[in-house]
Amino acid sequence: MVQEKIIELLAEATDTDAAEITADTAFADLGIDSLDLTEMAMQLEEEFGIELEMKPEINTVGKLTEVVESLKG
Amino acid sequence: MSFRIIGTGMYVPPKIVTNDDLSKIVDTNDEWISKRVGIKERHISEQEFTSEMGLKAAENALKDANVRPDELNAVFAATISGETSSPSMSCMIQKGLGATCLALDMSAACSAFLFLLETAAAYFALHPDYQKILVVGTERMSGIIDYTDRSTCVIFGDGAGAAVLERGENYHDSVITVKGGDDVIKIPCYAGTSPWFERETEPPCMQMKGQETFKYAVSSITQDIESLLERNHLTMDDIAWIVPHQANKRIIDFAAKMLKVPKEKFFCNIEKYGNTSSASVPIALDELAKSGNLKRGDKIILCAFGGGLANAACLITW
Repeated sequence: MVQEKIIELLAEATDTDAAEITADTAFADLGIDSLDLTEMAMQLEEEFGIELEMKPEINTVGKLTEVVESLKG
Repeated sequence: MSFRIIGTGMYVPPKIVTNDDLSKIVDTNDEWISKRVGIKERHISEQEFTSEMGLKAAENALKDANVRPDELNAVFAATISGETSSPSMSCMIQKGLGATCLALDMSAACSAFLFLLETAAAYFALHPDYQKILVVGTERMSGIIDYTDRSTCVIFGDGAGAAVLERGENYHDSVITVKGGDDVIKIPCYAGTSPWFERETEPPCMQMKGQETFKYAVSSITQDIESLLERNHLTMDDIAWIVPHQANKRIIDFAAKMLKVPKEKFFCNIEKYGNTSSASVPIALDELAKSGNLKRGDKIILCAFGGGLANAACLITW
């Protein structure tokens, strides 16, 4: 569910087919900027009731999924 | 007891600096600026100090309201880029108008125009004899920007906006929040030449953390607007326009998305003027008022956020 939501948000932000985005997809490869990441973080915060700080090392779909899953509890 | 707005005015200096112009002096380009902040050009002063721009906006507002300077009970002004610490901006504008009324300044960065409106409402309540107050936000942001810092120099522009307020009942509600601190947005002042001062000082230029500012701005817009609607038993359908501080188009668009309202509900002119700090809301309000798309009786929300950190929003009947 978390990964699906992240992929949905990224697909919308980048006008990409969601089927092309996987856990290994790096944010840098999608051509998104830091504000795109901040927007996504805020949408994930609202969706899952968490507080999320986007650090540089959270740079792939898979890593972000892990962080959000751990914050959700 | 509060006020109604009976006139608005704005002034921007004639020189336009485009994104292409900026790309000649700093490593940036039109595509990046347009995508990142939604700005295509901004007005930059070549000849006018902040008070002179403020005075022109004030004169335009007084003309729009058909009010003479000698009718004013007070001039309230805001700036973070004045040419003098003293006299204050309001004193300089009062002098330029030839008025003799009270003059006082407010320091609240990009939220200052809303702080001025709140203060004016308080003064109308405190002084039963007050009938007319002039409020002015004026900035020469180009004077406090480091033009080698591409993260900030592309964002800001110069200009001034003003409104004439008359005693009335149209300022219905406001929400103001302050979270003091300089870790997200900071503009140091000139530190002087004292040979005894031992602390490290910084250049008198804008410092801003982009992502933190973005998150703070969107959160504050959405929370403040939702708060005003709830407290006044209104829905977005009751609001004709939201006039936000013009900081970054992506902030405005994302706030609209989070509020689940069409972004067209938000008036936006940042593409022409950039972020003019305390001047941005009154400049936007004046453009909206003169566009013919604002009718007397319309309910509007003004909202702003910025250095302090401070954010504010108010519900007004035009």
